[in-house]
Amino acid sequence: MKDFPFLSVLTLLPLAGAIVVACIPRARAELAKIVALVWSLAVLALSIVMWAAFTVGSTDRFQFRESYAWIPSWDARFTLAADGIALVMLMLIAVLFPVVILASWHDVDASRRSAPAYFALLLAFEFTMIGVFAAADVFLFYVFFEIMLIPMYFIIGSFGTGQKQYAAVKFFLYSLVGGLFMLASVIGLWVVGGHTFDFAALVEAGRSFDTNTARWLFLGFFVAFAIKAPFFPFHTWLPDSGGAAPAGAAALLVGVMDKVGTFGILRYCLPLFPEASRWFAPAALVLAVIGIIYAALLAVGQNDLKRLVSYTSIAHFGFIGIGIFAFTTQGGTGSVLYMVNHGLATGLLFIVVGMFVARRGSSLVSDFGGAGKLVPVLAGVLFFAGLASLALPGTAPFVSEFLVLIGTFSTHKAYAVIATAGIILAAAYVLWMIQRTTQGTLNPALDEVPAMRKDLSLREKVVVAPLILLLLVLGFYPKPVTDVINPAVQATLQDVGTTDPAPTAVADGKGGR
Amino acid sequence: MGELKLPPIDYGALAPMLILFGVACVGVLVEVLIPRRFRNLTQLILALLGVVAALVFLVINRNTRIVTIGGAVAVDGPTIFLQGAILVLGALSLFLIGERQVEAGGAFVPQAAVVVGSDSDTRQTPGRPGLTEVYPLATFALGGMLLFVAANDLLTMFVALEVFSLPLYLLCALARRRRLLSQEAALKYFLLGSYASAFFLFGVALLYGFAGSVQFDAIHQAVASPQNSQVLLYGGLGLVSIGLLFKSALAPFHVWTPDVYQGAPTPITAFMAACTKVAAFGALLRVLYGAFEGARWDFQPVLGTVAALTMLVGAILAVTQTDMKRLLAYSSIANAGYLMVGVLALTEDGLSSTMFYLVAYGFSVVAAFAIVSLVRDSDGEATHLSRWAGIGRKSPLLAGVFTFILLAFAGIPLTSGFTAKFAVFGAAVDGGQTWLVIFGVVTSMLIAFPYLRVVVLMWLSEPGESTPAVSIPGFLTSAALALGVIVTIALGVVPAPLIDLTREASQFVR
Repeated sequence: MKDFPFLSVLTLLPLAGAIVVACIPRARAELAKIVALVWSLAVLALSIVMWAAFTVGSTDRFQFRESYAWIPSWDARFTLAADGIALVMLMLIAVLFPVVILASWHDVDASRRSAPAYFALLLAFEFTMIGVFAAADVFLFYVFFEIMLIPMYFIIGSFGTGQKQYAAVKFFLYSLVGGLFMLASVIGLWVVGGHTFDFAALVEAGRSFDTNTARWLFLGFFVAFAIKAPFFPFHTWLPDSGGAAPAGAAALLVGVMDKVGTFGILRYCLPLFPEASRWFAPAALVLAVIGIIYAALLAVGQNDLKRLVSYTSIAHFGFIGIGIFAFTTQGGTGSVLYMVNHGLATGLLFIVVGMFVARRGSSLVSDFGGAGKLVPVLAGVLFFAGLASLALPGTAPFVSEFLVLIGTFSTHKAYAVIATAGIILAAAYVLWMIQRTTQGTLNPALDEVPAMRKDLSLREKVVVAPLILLLLVLGFYPKPVTDVINPAVQATLQDVGTTDPAPTAVADGKGGR
Repeated sequence: MGELKLPPIDYGALAPMLILFGVACVGVLVEVLIPRRFRNLTQLILALLGVVAALVFLVINRNTRIVTIGGAVAVDGPTIFLQGAILVLGALSLFLIGERQVEAGGAFVPQAAVVVGSDSDTRQTPGRPGLTEVYPLATFALGGMLLFVAANDLLTMFVALEVFSLPLYLLCALARRRRLLSQEAALKYFLLGSYASAFFLFGVALLYGFAGSVQFDAIHQAVASPQNSQVLLYGGLGLVSIGLLFKSALAPFHVWTPDVYQGAPTPITAFMAACTKVAAFGALLRVLYGAFEGARWDFQPVLGTVAALTMLVGAILAVTQTDMKRLLAYSSIANAGYLMVGVLALTEDGLSSTMFYLVAYGFSVVAAFAIVSLVRDSDGEATHLSRWAGIGRKSPLLAGVFTFILLAFAGIPLTSGFTAKFAVFGAAVDGGQTWLVIFGVVTSMLIAFPYLRVVVLMWLSEPGESTPAVSIPGFLTSAALALGVIVTIALGVVPAPLIDLTREASQFVR
C-alpha cells in the first residue's frame, strides 16, 4: 500500500479540481460549489487512507518518498516525502478545506465576482499548501512557498471586504520580501552545499558549513519564515489580511498558511543550520515572548472581530516559537501539536466570527451586544471556540500549550514564566470579546437586522460539528497525533544536536544544555 | 608587394547572415517591382522565409566550431545559440510588425518623410496602408545582429553595430500615431547611438595601439603578456564597453531607453527589447569572455558597479512611471542589470545562465508588448496606466495573460523569469559575486511593486469610463502572444532542455 504515490496524487488532485471548477461558467455557481466540496472531500478521503498507511514509530523518518527528475543540471528534483510533522499538517489541511468550502457557501453570493473563480482559487490554494508541506527538496519547497501567495492574493483582493486592495498588496509584498531573502539563502545554500537541493544531502553538508556563512543563510530562511508565521516585529500584515479576507479564507490564512513559517523553521532552519539555530535561539525566544505579550495586549484593544482573532493568532505563534527554540522534545512536540490545534481552534473561531459578521453585515464589536439572546446556538459555538482558543483544559490547545510550557520551563524558566502571563491575557481578550458580543443586554440595532434572528442552519451545523468534535477528542486523547509527531521532532532535535535535559538537571536551575 | 590573397571563407557557417542580407536586398527590389496592394504580404512572407531559412542553416551548423573569413567571424556554441535566439525572437517581432488587423493599415506611417504636424501629415494618418520598407529594414537589422554576436574582431563588431543600428533608428521614427514623439525618439536614439558608436570606435583604436591587432585572440594574448602601456588597455576597454553598455541599456547609459521605447512603434519596441538585447549582451559576452578574460580583476568591480546601479535605477524609476511602455522600458533596464550579474560571474555557468536569461526575457517581453499593442482606443494605444484600470473585468483573458507575464518579470516561480533569475544569481554566487546577488535580491523586491501595481489596477480597480476596449488580436499578434506566453510557462515548469542547451553551447572559440 505504501507504493501508491500518495503525495503526488494528493498534491495534484486539488490542482486538477481548481482547473475543473474554473472552467464552470459563472452562471452555474451552485454546481461549482458542489464540485469544489466533493473534490476537497476526495482529498480528505485520500489523506485519511494515507494516515492509515503511515507507519508510526518507523525508523524511516520520511515516508511516502517519491522523487522525479526535474532540472538535472541544478540537481533540483520533484521530491515529495512526509515525516510526522508534515503528515499532521497535511491532515489539518485536508480537514480544514472541506469545512471552509462549506462555510464559504454564500460568501461570494453578494459579491459581483464569480463564484467558480472563488472556489477554484480555494482549491488552487489547497494545491500550493499541500505542495509546500509535502516538498522534500529545497528548490521545490521554495517554488511552492512563493506561488502560494498568488491564489491568496486574489482571494483577498477580489473577494475581501473593507481595505481589501491595501491588504492584498501588503500581504503580497511582505511575503515576497521574505521569499526573496529566502531566495538569496537558497542560492547560497546550493552553492556552499555542493550544488544540490536534496534535503538529506544538505543536512549532511550543513554540519561542515563555515560558521558565518551558516548564520547568514539561517537568517535568510528565518526572516522569510518569521514574516510568514508571523513573529513580532514582522506581524503587521496579518491583522490587515485577516481583517480584509473573507472569513473562510482568513481561517485558512492563519489556520494553515501561517504554519508554513513555523514548519519551515522546524524543517529547514534547524536541521540545515544547527549551530546557527542554537546561536540565534535566544533572539528568537525573545521575539516569540514579545509576540505573545504584545499581540495579546493589542487583541484586548481591538474593536474589529476579525482583526482581534488575527492578533490572538500572532500571540499563539509566539507560543509555537518558544516551543521550537526551547530545543526539548516536549517543547517541540507541543509546538507541532499546537500548530494542529491552533489550526482547528482558530479556524473554528474565524468561521464562527464569519457567521456573525455575515448576519450582522459588520465586523465591529460595538455593532453587537447580547447576540446570544437572538442566536443562542451560534453564541454557544463562539463561546466554545473562544474557550478552545484560550486553551481551556479539555480542549485540544490546552494539551499543546501545556507541553510547550513544561518543555520550555525545563530549559528556559524565565521565558516560560513570562509566556504564562500570556495565558491570562488570552483569557482577558477572549472572554471580553464574548461578553461584548453575545452577553449582556440586547443591542436594539441588532434586533432590527432580520438575519440576526436565524440561528445555525443545517449547513452551518455541519461546518462547525467536525471541528468541535476534533477539538474535544484531541483534548482528551491526543496520543494518536503525538505518537506521529514525536519521532519526527526527536529526529529534528538530533540534527540540531541538542538533548533533553536530564530530570535532575532541572534542579540546578541551569538546564542540561 | 605580393599578390592579394582572399582568406578562406566557410560560406556554410556564414549562410544565416548571408541569407538575411540577401533577403533584405530582395526586399528592397520588391518595393519597386510588386504592386502596392500585394507588397505587405509579399514582404512579410519573404522576411519570414529568410528567417526560417537562416534558422535551418543554423541547425545544420549546430556543431560547427570555427573561426573563418580571415579571423573576422567566429562561429561557435554561443554564436549559434544567440543567433538562433535572435532569429526566433525576430520572427515573433515580424509577426507583430506584420499585424494589419488591430489597426487599419498597421502601426507604421504610410509616408515617413513628411514634416510632422503639417497638413499632408495629418491627412495621411487614417486608413492608408503603412510603409512596407519596414520589412527590409528589420531584416537588415536582424542580419547585423547575427554578425554582431559572431564578430571575432573589433572592426567587424563595429560594422555589425552600425548595420543593425541604422535601420533601428529609422524604424523608430515610423509610428503612425504620436508622430512627434516617434520622431523625437528616433532622433534621440540616433544622436546618442552615434556618440556611443564613436566611443566604441575610439576604443577600438586604443586597443589596436595596445595589442597591435583588433582580433580577439591577439588582444587576449596581449592582455596575458602586455607589451604596451596598460593605459591603452584600460582606456580602450572602457570606451568599447561604453558602446556596448549603451546598446544593452545599462546605467548610466540607459537614458535613451524610456523615451525611445515609448516613442517607437510598439512592434519595434518589442523588437528592440528582445532582439537588440540579445545582440548587445551577446557581443558583451564575447568581448569580456573572449578577449579580456585576463583583465577580469580590473573590470569586474567597475562593471559590477554598473550592474548594481542599473538594477537600482531600473527598479526605483519603474515605481514612478505612469505610462505602460515607459514602465516596461525601466523594467527592461532592471533586467539588463540582472543579465549583467550573470555576465560578471565570468564562468561557464555565467555564460550559459546569461544566454538562458536572454531567451526567457525575450519571449516574455515580446508577449508584453503584444498586449500593449492590443489595449487601444480611437487614438491608438492607450498606454497611460490609468486607462488600464479594471481591464480585468472587461477582458479577463488578456488581463490574465498580462498578469502572468508580470509575475514572470517579478520572478515568481513556475515562470521563466524565476528560472532565469535563479540561474544568473546562482552563477554569480558561484563566481564569487555575492554582493551583486544581494543587490539583485533587494532590487527584485523594489521592482515587484510596480508590477503588482499594474496587477492591482487591472483586477482590483473598478473599470472607469475611459477604460478602453481591447482589440481582437489578429492572427499574427495572437501567434506572437501565444508563443511568448507558452515559452514563458514552459521555461518555468520544464526549463531543463534549454538549460542543457545553453550549457552545451557555452564555449567560445577565439
